[in-house]
Amino acid sequence: MSLSAMLITALAALLAMAGVGYVLPSWMQFMLTMAMANGLVSLGIVLLMRGGVVAFGQGLMSAIGGYAAALVFLHWGVTDAMVLALGGGLSAMLMTAPFAPLLARYRGIFFSMLSLALSMVGYGLLVKTESLGGSDGFNMGRITVLGQHLADGDVRFVMYVFNLVLTVLCALAVKVYFVSSRGLVTRAVRDNELRVEYLGGSVSNSMTLNFVLAAFLGGMGGALAVMALGHIDPNFSYWTTSGEFVFVAILAGSQSVVAVMLSSLVLEVVRSFSSAYFPNTWQLALGIFLLLVIRFMPLGLGSLWSKTTGKAEQSP
Amino acid sequence: MSETLLLNAQGLNKRFGAVVAAQDVSVQVKTGERVSLIGSNGAGKTTFVNMITGYVRADSGSIALGGTDISRLTPRQITRLGVARSFQIPQLYPSMTVLENMLVALACHENRLSMCWPAASPARVLRADEVLSRFHLLAHRDRLVAELPGGVRKLIDIALAMTGSPRLLLLDEPTSGVAAEEKFPMMDTIMQALQGQALTVLFVEHDMDIVTRYCERVVAFYSGRIIADDVPAVALAQADVRRYVTGERLPEDAPHA
Repeated sequence: MSLSAMLITALAALLAMAGVGYVLPSWMQFMLTMAMANGLVSLGIVLLMRGGVVAFGQGLMSAIGGYAAALVFLHWGVTDAMVLALGGGLSAMLMTAPFAPLLARYRGIFFSMLSLALSMVGYGLLVKTESLGGSDGFNMGRITVLGQHLADGDVRFVMYVFNLVLTVLCALAVKVYFVSSRGLVTRAVRDNELRVEYLGGSVSNSMTLNFVLAAFLGGMGGALAVMALGHIDPNFSYWTTSGEFVFVAILAGSQSVVAVMLSSLVLEVVRSFSSAYFPNTWQLALGIFLLLVIRFMPLGLGSLWSKTTGKAEQSP
Repeated sequence: MSETLLLNAQGLNKRFGAVVAAQDVSVQVKTGERVSLIGSNGAGKTTFVNMITGYVRADSGSIALGGTDISRLTPRQITRLGVARSFQIPQLYPSMTVLENMLVALACHENRLSMCWPAASPARVLRADEVLSRFHLLAHRDRLVAELPGGVRKLIDIALAMTGSPRLLLLDEPTSGVAAEEKFPMMDTIMQALQGQALTVLFVEHDMDIVTRYCERVVAFYSGRIIADDVPAVALAQADVRRYVTGERLPEDAPHA
């Protein structure tokens, strides 16, 4: 698909989703808002998966972005949603950048465990830091959008549309990245690192960049989630939260950006309805659902409409 | 001669534990030469190639490419100086199409890894098609590499190496695993594709018919040492080469009664 076709499709999707959102009940707008915010974090994991690694600590990126946005709101008085969202992304990017070259050296389970270890260190620090609210976290007030204060009745729809715009923009940017020469080389790294080096490419640079970009998406997702929830606590970086992001990434597969958002929505729906009807066993429903997906769609939801054949993508 | 000297390896030594993989190996290769590296398994041919390309670092000795010392450089840095290689087992990107493999190679060589512009730019696709055409691979352009037979993969491996217009090309057993009747056609394709390029070629080979037909000089290895370095007719006639490389039983080797 050409860039102009992608832009037109994205614009059409944005308008259609905004229109649908307008008629949806408030609780559903909120669910979609959260699905998009969390979907951005998972999109970062998908970005890493294209390079052949899976981060089990992406919750930390979300937490960094969330805490940064909430702290800037509280202490600097910045209320603009766009500034807070971008600030969250940039904070996560800057805080993880020093670790990126180290993580870029690891593959497979070592990368996953290292990212998990870092996230657990982060979680521990957040829980023990009283000035950040300790294990309870803290609240943030209502944000403004383009300088406009939001009325009680409008806040959920405006947040929904704001998240939608940012999500579509990020999805578009990631799609462009996937088909760019840097994106193609990242896929090549997953297939055969040795050959990339012997062709003059830098595996380390590709993986480092990927990690930093994933952190930005994670941070922005965290900031958007905090703005929608109005509260932040260390659970954003807990390992089970990271596990949910990985769940979405696996459910989506690494072939489609749209599939990530769809999978995030699926998680929210399963979580919401399972919590309502099977309060203590919603993880069971989630697990069974994931098992079915792995059994019948090993390449994720994205494989339903992706051109690439499954056989080749499954090859190590 | 120094003006045309491209590769100058001097006194290379390499041990892997108790195994001596290279022992005082010195090879000079002039620009445009087609040199074959022969020897039995474990003789040190691939170790020599790996030392030139930076995959293995020599314990001692020096390697210069066009006067530049490359002994301590990484594979990536050496590639950027104009050394390309293919592998005994083709090193490709199996989940991608042949064209995508070529685009990766071109992007890496050009050092223009944009995050915004598509990898499949018209100029790059044109260049990929041109290289694929030289290797008679255009018919496979849009097929996944994972689906292709071994011989075709060998050619793609070499085509990838050629995308950067290298000065020195190292081919590690380009016909290994290829059916006997396909070896000569394949080598013909490779050599035709390399024609007209200002290129020096070193290739590791076990088939002496191919060595005789396609190269102008032979360097024979045995037990990490060079035992012959001459034109094929002379090198292949030497007793040590016949004994240790081609596996002949010479009259003087017969047990005395």
